[in-house]
Amino acid sequence: MSEPILGVRDLVMRFGDETALEVDDFSIQRGETITLVGHNGSGKSTLMRILALLLAPTEGGVWFDGQPVDFRSRSTLALRRRMAGVHQEPLLCRMSVFNNVALGLRFCGVSGREIGKRVDPWLDRFHIAHLRDRPARAISGGEAQRVSLARALVLDPDVLFLDEPFSGLDAPTRERLLADFQEILGETSVTTIFTTHDRNEALVMGDRMVVLEAGRIAQFGEPDEIYRRPASEGVARFVGVENRIPGTVVDFTDNRVRVDFGEAEVEARGSVAPGQSVLLCLRPEDVTLAAADTGAADAAVQTGGENVLVGTVVRILPSDSSIRVVVDCGFPVVALVTRAAYRELKLEPGDRARVSFFATDAHLIPQVSVPPAPTAARLRPGARRRVQAWWRGH
Amino acid sequence: MELIWDGLKHALQLLFAGDPRVLGIAIRSLQLSGLATVISLLVAVPLGTAVALTRFPGRNLVVSLINTGLSLPPVVVGLFVSITLWRSGPLGFLELLYTPTAIVIAQFVICVPVITSLTLAAVQQIDPKLRQQLQGLGASRPQMLGMLLWEARLPMLAAVMAGFGAVISEVGAVMMVGGNILGSTRVLTTATVLETRKGQFDVAIALSLILLLIAFAVTWALTAFQQRGEVR
Repeated sequence: MSEPILGVRDLVMRFGDETALEVDDFSIQRGETITLVGHNGSGKSTLMRILALLLAPTEGGVWFDGQPVDFRSRSTLALRRRMAGVHQEPLLCRMSVFNNVALGLRFCGVSGREIGKRVDPWLDRFHIAHLRDRPARAISGGEAQRVSLARALVLDPDVLFLDEPFSGLDAPTRERLLADFQEILGETSVTTIFTTHDRNEALVMGDRMVVLEAGRIAQFGEPDEIYRRPASEGVARFVGVENRIPGTVVDFTDNRVRVDFGEAEVEARGSVAPGQSVLLCLRPEDVTLAAADTGAADAAVQTGGENVLVGTVVRILPSDSSIRVVVDCGFPVVALVTRAAYRELKLEPGDRARVSFFATDAHLIPQVSVPPAPTAARLRPGARRRVQAWWRGH
Repeated sequence: MELIWDGLKHALQLLFAGDPRVLGIAIRSLQLSGLATVISLLVAVPLGTAVALTRFPGRNLVVSLINTGLSLPPVVVGLFVSITLWRSGPLGFLELLYTPTAIVIAQFVICVPVITSLTLAAVQQIDPKLRQQLQGLGASRPQMLGMLLWEARLPMLAAVMAGFGAVISEVGAVMMVGGNILGSTRVLTTATVLETRKGQFDVAIALSLILLLIAFAVTWALTAFQQRGEVR
């Protein structure tokens, strides 16, 4: 990673009265992989289209390779030809696999001989050389997405845009393609912007991650940092922090914060003043679960930075590789355990259980007290939508 | 029944003997309808594509008008083209009435809405995201339009078939603006009407057979091309 290659400044995108996107400053370093994540309607596709120079923003600017982009100028096409995109659906044209992969090169006026030299190695790299002369509409979904990826990478782009390219595939196909693609991405070191709904993909793929909420960047940083230290409740929810417990700080000394939840007190790390309302965020995989003796007190105990709570198992939620156990400690705490561990614990709903977690794994998000929402009826429709969007954002 | 059988036998004799009168009429029909279809394509394809790909106020009204053109009565077309080309009409000074050009004009007016409407439908059924995908691969606007038309080529062949079929089989408007003049504006449909009126059923059947044969041959060729494209 060296210098920024692509970015936006004071960007506003409106569709009619609706403000879809507002980004003050955002840039991507050359060679890095950025993942754009967010719920549907969060603005990630709009941001991606603007960055791909396919959509001119209402206000603000986009710059590419140190130069501001003039969307009205014919030179935008030349800049766009230094980028390539892959969509969720492969959207192959009614022609052979080879011709589909060659499509972008033909748009750029590359000669026939050169096209052959450049396309064939990419068909090999994506393991689709045997499909070379097959009609593109007659191949499977996974193969079609390989064609789509080869079609983008054959252009040797400075920036590659991937709009949820793996989400339409079944799990085994997705895993195989993701593994192949990661390997290729590592070899090419192309700057990549990747949107996804899948937080695991975001964690695996991205050097840095952008979480969008209601058209604004809620958090931008390294995936692990965002997973461990989400900036808002929305981000925490999106990145799978299932334990989000509201409480009040009762004591703060030397980076140690004691938080009262009414039923129990726990210790966390941070710098929050006493009296402040907070949301304690804890990933379920950071919670350790153990069976508790019958009649154990429902009290919190802290020893050496470890919080221990005792409660009653209320729900068991199996998933493919692990099991979620919800324990009522006065507030629900979700713990993630492996199937083997669960079999050993022999816990059933109604059993007593002991949950523990380290203070360093608990992250506190100070809660801002929000005034009541303005009466919607008094506002004009456009203003009402903006206020409602703002309100949802909080 | 005997009348039909005799008519068919005589018709086949006329065809295989290569009767110059019948062949002349058949060739003229092909030329005029082919020309009208080609000119219609030049107007209807860009028009249908433009309406399919753009959003503007009153678009639904425009689409409805184009679709209404599918059921435009040829006699009405014939009437208005006749009035326009009439000696005292707005284009009377061109002296085109009862000429092959008048037939091409009338057939053009009949054909354009058919091809426009089917082109519009063909381009609209393409996934809108394909445009973005093509732009994302560096396509300029003309390259993108070319690719979209290439993608829509199979339903658009149906549009060509429908347009050509509509004009080659048309009789009312052609009769009104062409006048059915032997060696000039007599085409297969108008000649069939004339021969039937004269009671020359063998010639009428021969002409009808040729008409059917042309319609079948053109449709068969386009269908073969279309189906080959579907498989590839």
